[in-house]
Amino acid sequence: MKYIDEFRQHDLARTLADAIAREAQGDRSYHLMEFCGGHTHAIFRYGVQDLMPANVTFVHGPGCPVCVLPVGRIDQAMRLVEQHDHVILCTYGDLLRVPASGRKSLLKAKAAGADVRMVYSTTDALKIARDNPEREVVFFAIGFETTTPPSAVAVKQAHAEGLKNFSIFSNHLLTPAAIQNILESPEVRELGSVRIDGFFGPSHVSSIIGTQPYEFFAEEFQRPVVIAGFEPLDVMQSALMLIRQINAGRHEVENEYTRVVTREGNVKAKALVAEVFELRRSFEWRGLGTVPYSAFKVKEAYAGFDCERRFDMPAVAAADNKGCECPAILRGAKRPTDCKLFATVCTPDNPLGSCMVSSEGACAAYWSYGRFRGAAANHDARRSRT
Amino acid sequence: MSAKLKPLHRLDLRNGCVDMSHGSGGRAASQLIEELFVRHFDNELLGQRNDQAAFDVGAGRMVMSVDAHVISPIFFPGGDIGSLAVHGTVNDVAMSGARPLYLSAAFILEEGYPLADLDRIVASMARAAREAGVAIVTGDTKVVERGKGDGVFITTTGVGIVPEGIHISGDRARPGDAILVSGTLGDHGVAIMSSRENLQFETTIQSDSAPLNTLVADMVAAVPDIHCMRDPTRGGLASTLNELAQQSGVGMMLRESAIPIREEVAAACELLGLDPLYLANEGKLIAICPQGKAERLLDTMRAHPLGANSAIIGQVIEDSYALVQMETRFGGSRVVDWLAGDPLPRIC
Repeated sequence: MKYIDEFRQHDLARTLADAIAREAQGDRSYHLMEFCGGHTHAIFRYGVQDLMPANVTFVHGPGCPVCVLPVGRIDQAMRLVEQHDHVILCTYGDLLRVPASGRKSLLKAKAAGADVRMVYSTTDALKIARDNPEREVVFFAIGFETTTPPSAVAVKQAHAEGLKNFSIFSNHLLTPAAIQNILESPEVRELGSVRIDGFFGPSHVSSIIGTQPYEFFAEEFQRPVVIAGFEPLDVMQSALMLIRQINAGRHEVENEYTRVVTREGNVKAKALVAEVFELRRSFEWRGLGTVPYSAFKVKEAYAGFDCERRFDMPAVAAADNKGCECPAILRGAKRPTDCKLFATVCTPDNPLGSCMVSSEGACAAYWSYGRFRGAAANHDARRSRT
Repeated sequence: MSAKLKPLHRLDLRNGCVDMSHGSGGRAASQLIEELFVRHFDNELLGQRNDQAAFDVGAGRMVMSVDAHVISPIFFPGGDIGSLAVHGTVNDVAMSGARPLYLSAAFILEEGYPLADLDRIVASMARAAREAGVAIVTGDTKVVERGKGDGVFITTTGVGIVPEGIHISGDRARPGDAILVSGTLGDHGVAIMSSRENLQFETTIQSDSAPLNTLVADMVAAVPDIHCMRDPTRGGLASTLNELAQQSGVGMMLRESAIPIREEVAAACELLGLDPLYLANEGKLIAICPQGKAERLLDTMRAHPLGANSAIIGQVIEDSYALVQMETRFGGSRVVDWLAGDPLPRIC
């Protein structure tokens, strides 16, 4: 397959693996955080870790929009659709299985009779609104900078058409704010319990926002950033670039994903977003807590398309499952296998935490692609103890 | 099926619809059976108009299998619910190494369903059964009120006879055995998705829906010692291999580069974020046999039109965790787990 197979070639992978092994100095270790779930997924699906020397570790970050959405936001949407018979709630498939409070989920609400529909794009949601003029259609908008422009387009389109029954529940998030939050956390700054020597920068997100927004914290926090594509060779090439920077004591923003990402990003998409959305003063992230200026809400000019203004939607304070380590896993402070619930009561078939739901979540990736490593390791550990 | 009263008008197969009287057991029901089902399925046993079909059986082990079909959309590129209902059950019977003989068919129809569509489906079923060399010898029809069904649901049951000396079972995979597939994976899943209302995309991919009984007959004749055979329908190759690994208490090691996948299917999966190993197939089988017989079995499969793209994709290994693992094309390795949840609602 053109433009795909080129980035999954075995021979090149070997060559890169050799180069990384030569570059990674034996007397030190390298902790590289991939912010995006897309990278986590690629690392596991293609077995990239197998090609890395033992002193290079991937630290999985919070870049999975489903994983960082606090339970309270799902509870809000759930109440909306359960309390208003005339509401049709549309959303992307991943979100349907995310656990809400009281062992509920949107999928269970749907089974119980709520009108929840899975869509593949905002245009599907608009079509549902046009086809059902007597109903209120709410699009549960979620995602980082990549999915925000389509939501902006939908709002503008609805406005242009004079659609009166369409609104969005905005949960759009900003990546740089979250990375900065991780770097400012006491675990990284003071305690040193989480080591992050460098970052794989987001690939799709950066195609929209460009490389420029990362320059500040590369400088401020003295950590190198390499914008990396989502194919396995992209990840390896970027790892090599990060290790070279670390060895040289540099902390620059470099761009491995030059076939898509520029310094400025997608100017048109950014303008669309700026026209429809504005920054929230703060927003709660699962795992990171309240992060200032890290999410978008609909602007006053488009208030009619903002579900939170259209309906009475009081904030819901909801607690995570007590044993669930998702928050620490999202900060890179723990690994999925450190969680007592992992692979015991929390599995992809019965997820208790959000990281087990999306294929981009670290727990789901561990379970689906790497479970045997953990199992074998536990087995060996048990044997060595006895 | 015994009502003798002649209806005044023939069924309106062009503009008519299913109504509640078609499931009432009265004259309208009888007319539907005569003018639609019996006309298409035409065979001696069904023609006897009994509430059951009686037939002689030869010596040997009989197998029986049932499959319920609730597919959306009902017509898709490369088939429809009718052909699928025949192939699904014929294949389930054949996976034991058996020669499928007879099918039953039960229809649940929704009030208002166009008779023209039903006629098309039943004609397609009859054609599929003829091609597979099986007869549909008994059946039943019920009608549910509008809104309580999804057009048409079909349940088929099949019986067949296993030739002497064949013992195929999911618990017989042994470390060292070879794992084979009979062709490209994921074609049916992508064909269905491409025709879903909310996900239409243009593709030339057709469903692989096909009866595998003649391929199986050739295979068991060439290598009677096949250990396991199963068709990777819902859940795809990944879930089916996990079932077999669990049942046999063994692990499996696959080679990604050996698994046949059409470029169009791989491309559609890239676009939709799906893994072809989890997509449904309706005309493919997995076979597990002793390593020494693998080449012979592969040659036999490739010589059959439905097995032209067959390949040896890996081998059975010892593993107390019964995991299916894969050496990736990229040069790493990973676990190939069961399907969790549903990649899309209701593939078949």
